[in-house]
Amino acid sequence: MTFSPQLEARFEKLLTSYPPGRQRSAMVPMLLYAQDEVGSITEELVEEVARRVGVTPMQVEEVLSYYSMLHRKPLGKYHVQICTNISCLLTGGAELWQHACRKLALGHKEVTADGQISLEEVECIGACSWAPALQVNYDFHHNVTPEKLDQLLDSLRKAQ
Amino acid sequence: MLYNPPSPLETRILSRRFGLPNSASLDTYLATDGYKAFKKALEMKPEDIIEEVKVSNLRGRGGAGFPVGMKWSFVPRNSPKPKYIVVNADESEPATCKDRLLMEYDPHQLIEGMLIAGLSVDARVGYIYVRGEYRYLIEILDKAIAEAYAKGYLGKNLLGSNFSFDAYTHTGAGAYECGEESALLESLEGKRGIPRIRPPFPAVVGAFQCPTILNNVESISAVPPIIRDGGAAFAALGVPKAGGTKLTCLTGHVNKPGVYELPLGFPVDKMINEVGGGIRSGKKLKAFIPGGSSCPVLTAAECEGLTMDYDAMAKKKTMLGSGGVVIMDEDTCMVKVALRIMRFYAHESCGWCIPCREGTAWIRKILTRFHDGMGRRDDINLLGDLAKNMLGRTFCPLGDAAALPTISIVEKFREEFEAHLDGKPCPYERELVTA
Amino acid sequence: MPASVKFTINDRQLEAPAGTLVIEAAKRHGIEIPSFCYYEGLALQAACRMCLVEIEKAPKLMVACTTPVAEGMVVRTETDQVRQARKSMLEFLLTNHPLDCPVCDKGGECELQDMVFRYGAGESRFTEQKIHVDEKQWSPVVFYDAPRCILCFRCVRICNEGMGVNALGVINRGAISEIAPNHGDHLECDECGMCIDICPVGALTSGTYRYKTRPWEMEHVGTICTHCSNGCKTTLGVRNEQIVRGNNRDRSGINGEFLCVKGRYGFDFQDHPDRLQSPLVRLEGKLEPVSWSKALEVVARKFQDVKGNSGVFGVIGSNHTTNEENYYLQKFARQVLRTNNIDHHRTGDIVTLLDAVSGNPAALATTRDLYEKKAVLVIGADLALEQPFLAFQIRANYRHHQAHVYVVTSKPVREDNYAAAFVRAEPGTELAAVESLREKLKGEPELVILYGDAIKGGAVRKLVEFAVSLGIAVRFVPLVDYSNSRGAADMGLLPDLLPGYKPLGLTGMTVAEMLPAEDLDLLWVVGANPLKSGKLRAKKAFVVVQELFLTETARIADVVLPAASAYEKNGTVTNVCGEVQRLQKAAQTMGAKPDMEIIGLIAKEMGAAPEMGPWLPDKVFEEIRRTVRGYDIPVEAIITGGAAQTMPVNGRIPIEVRADAIRSAHDNLFTSGTLGRYSKMLNSVLEKRLNRE
Repeated sequence: MTFSPQLEARFEKLLTSYPPGRQRSAMVPMLLYAQDEVGSITEELVEEVARRVGVTPMQVEEVLSYYSMLHRKPLGKYHVQICTNISCLLTGGAELWQHACRKLALGHKEVTADGQISLEEVECIGACSWAPALQVNYDFHHNVTPEKLDQLLDSLRKAQ
Repeated sequence: MLYNPPSPLETRILSRRFGLPNSASLDTYLATDGYKAFKKALEMKPEDIIEEVKVSNLRGRGGAGFPVGMKWSFVPRNSPKPKYIVVNADESEPATCKDRLLMEYDPHQLIEGMLIAGLSVDARVGYIYVRGEYRYLIEILDKAIAEAYAKGYLGKNLLGSNFSFDAYTHTGAGAYECGEESALLESLEGKRGIPRIRPPFPAVVGAFQCPTILNNVESISAVPPIIRDGGAAFAALGVPKAGGTKLTCLTGHVNKPGVYELPLGFPVDKMINEVGGGIRSGKKLKAFIPGGSSCPVLTAAECEGLTMDYDAMAKKKTMLGSGGVVIMDEDTCMVKVALRIMRFYAHESCGWCIPCREGTAWIRKILTRFHDGMGRRDDINLLGDLAKNMLGRTFCPLGDAAALPTISIVEKFREEFEAHLDGKPCPYERELVTA
Repeated sequence: MPASVKFTINDRQLEAPAGTLVIEAAKRHGIEIPSFCYYEGLALQAACRMCLVEIEKAPKLMVACTTPVAEGMVVRTETDQVRQARKSMLEFLLTNHPLDCPVCDKGGECELQDMVFRYGAGESRFTEQKIHVDEKQWSPVVFYDAPRCILCFRCVRICNEGMGVNALGVINRGAISEIAPNHGDHLECDECGMCIDICPVGALTSGTYRYKTRPWEMEHVGTICTHCSNGCKTTLGVRNEQIVRGNNRDRSGINGEFLCVKGRYGFDFQDHPDRLQSPLVRLEGKLEPVSWSKALEVVARKFQDVKGNSGVFGVIGSNHTTNEENYYLQKFARQVLRTNNIDHHRTGDIVTLLDAVSGNPAALATTRDLYEKKAVLVIGADLALEQPFLAFQIRANYRHHQAHVYVVTSKPVREDNYAAAFVRAEPGTELAAVESLREKLKGEPELVILYGDAIKGGAVRKLVEFAVSLGIAVRFVPLVDYSNSRGAADMGLLPDLLPGYKPLGLTGMTVAEMLPAEDLDLLWVVGANPLKSGKLRAKKAFVVVQELFLTETARIADVVLPAASAYEKNGTVTNVCGEVQRLQKAAQTMGAKPDMEIIGLIAKEMGAAPEMGPWLPDKVFEEIRRTVRGYDIPVEAIITGGAAQTMPVNGRIPIEVRADAIRSAHDNLFTSGTLGRYSKMLNSVLEKRLNRE
């Protein structure tokens, strides 16, 4: 499997970041960074990562199925993760979630037909004092109101 | 750009550089006493470094509150194995958002803390385990690390000494349990985040089975101020047995939610009403969580005279925890709160042990049915019973974290559960929340 | 010797070596602390929390499975709090566990049933939806029902640590965690079935046993597996005279919890439709079924004729028949037929070894030694495939005691994964490779050497010389193939040795000499198939075959006598390490008779019964004990189902072994000579594997 030069460079750095004989430590970072580029953890990617860190594909499967951010099916280009945990719940996070679902006609972990946007109801993302909050891919949005959410979703629909 | 304005009531030690232009850069750091503590520590004996941290009464800032100096003293410095410093930046405790700021605005303070920790036990390598969602912080930390290498604060023979240190960031990928120390170490080794059998503890068998200092971001970030200005000065800021300041995250129904650095022992009502600007819309306080969703919930009455300090909270049968404060007003449905909290733990349970795996799933199902109006009277006692069956019997504290808030809510807000019986709609909601 | 520690359990003052786990210390003193995930010999888990007990001064209940006893520790295992904790754990477990008992194979021998009965509540408080996932089939034999799984992880551990196969893992998180096979939706593994038997509940079930019966409807007969030479105990479940399953959940036998696919599933040859059930005599060129009396009459008359004319007999014995039968056969051949042309398909050179180590009573290793000795050297054998129990012992030795394992083989083997050193050696160059390990081996305090058929004749002597030159205590295991290969040699199915390796002073014909012998008048084959790959030169020779199936040899015979399999008779067999154990008759095939009975009946027909003695296994074994070197073992040991060590090393054996007479079949986990060909189960597994390649 071929990756971009930047990703390859990242992989290379990873493999030297751990003590000798401990390349397995690179597995989770590798999977996450590769997922960012490839879109999802495919069978091919599982075997590639297994090969690079020196484990069996099954050991990769065991790990990838444990972590919430690793997924086998591609999500949208813009993955909107709305937190509804306690601090966001108290400040309107659940309502934001329902609003987003209705507006995009999507459910949890579903993708729009054009693959542009997907939604996920997530656990605490660490923005509790500026709630309700959400992430689009890795970018934080704080103090989100229904209006701000509308603006955001509209802009994501059109974004490249 | 800060996420919330600072409060004049803060005591800004760890957060002193927040808000400065380019606060994360090495130049800013050096211009504001940066790496002075490390220089001092290079001249100290390792035992004296640890002693200074003990004197500071610094207690673990991740949630457990274990005295940091004592934890460091458990590391067998003379072990032939290499030693490691691991920073727990997994910050996933609901209502907690403070480590984020320390890494975003003052990454060098964290690096300097790691260096000093390394000196105290002769560790030469450090890892910062950052939760996967905090990707932007990995970029910031990597940049600071590169700056440090470039200017000789990381790498070989630092500042002309024979002490070398390498630092790396390592990303998680979405798992609250990886904030538990031994599960974090498993994740660091490229495995499922399942905790280890303890004893032995990470101090002796830690990263890659070697002795390790493993502490929260805030704990390590407190080390440079402690060494630079002395442990006694840090201790004096707080209360006996709990020194220094705590980055406190005010969340929920307050007018001025935000992260504020307050000295240990700060009064709760002052915190809510002055720092936090009081409850929104003039409402009254109904319930209070002092430090993350893993703590037993307190009623408004229980908050009277209470201070933000480990021992004071323990006396009230709750915990200071991570410092994630949740303020709930009179319009809050406590059943919904209990449900949402249990939903979190059921989702995050690693599945290793029976009581947590099955208990969180079961309690969540009961609470869902309950909040949907199909609860039975017996369920109320059943909830408390099941949570008590989990308490103290699980493989790691996640089981306790799930049980404690549940027990407290059922006991203290029983009438709210009763109000949901017999198909009555939730008194606080017009719309049902799908769980 | 670790220091002893005094502690109290339930007010009883007890003592145990320091470091003993509370759960183990309790067990040794007859106090049961329940657990699912704790399994002796496998990594500690502390996952099921069933073993929570009260320990004074501890702030909360502690698990007994990871807590070592300490001086002055006070443990209570039966307080109200502990009982309540156990009850609650079971209650939690039963929330998602389906009430499948009426349709679950495990019913009646299910650990969860037992636990709930003993420690659980009578009623459930769970009224929510259970998590349901459909049952999956992972291999011809292995079915996995995730809802039933209690996630004790025994299967994962036994497959990974115990067997070194690493075919099982855990996926997902929380209450939807599941066990997963190594290839997504199916298993690629040894099909040993260890996972199925170690599973405390009916999450993993056997495809061959499904829905056939209930455990209490079966008779459980513990006997010795009839396939390879390792001598594993297999408990056959027999219902209405039919063998329905084989397992070793009771962990009796030298093999503990180990059993391979052959021991577990390779019993179905027993009721294959092609089993010979009637004697056959060639009449006008065709084999016709005749009565036993007719067949015996024909055979006896022919034997008398050949004997009377001083004709040439050839007797080929078996690797699978019992010691008693072997002893009886050679006695018949030598005393009644007056011939020493008796041999069997030899698969390893035992004789040269015994000669080379003569005078050294401690030169032979037991299966226990493979687990306990600090260093092991394997030469020319793929143990995991050919000697699976020996491989298991060595692997456990490495896991528990960090034993040093050395490997000299021509191809990569599984032992490479944990060997201290491994050397690839082309056939013929093994000794040179062993020499290259000299310095490392010298540094070991002791050593066990296992060698395959690559080392035979003079090479064995050189190997022994090498061992002596190391200056450390060395024990040997001369590897042989089949369930009683060792017993065949011990009991003198050899042309130049009497039972107990007593030299005859002369030699008869080997198998390799009988087949091309032009003057062979009669060939008597008992439980062997020499004509599978060999040709019988003497076309006029009269061939008598005792066999289970119409093999290549039986097909050309003049008389075929249907024989009973090892699962259908009593007697003893001796494993590759010289451990002798008793068989126990589990089933019966109409028309077939145990080989010894057949030989006895022939003797009777010939009027030789008095000198042969009764054809009763116990009686013959008494004679063996009296007269065969090394077999003077305490009978009580084997009567109670145990193993006894035979020790035939006692003096020089001045004969030169014909190296070309020794040839291992190198059967693997899925083949087993004739028996394997007729096991549908083994064949289906083998076919699946070949299709994959």
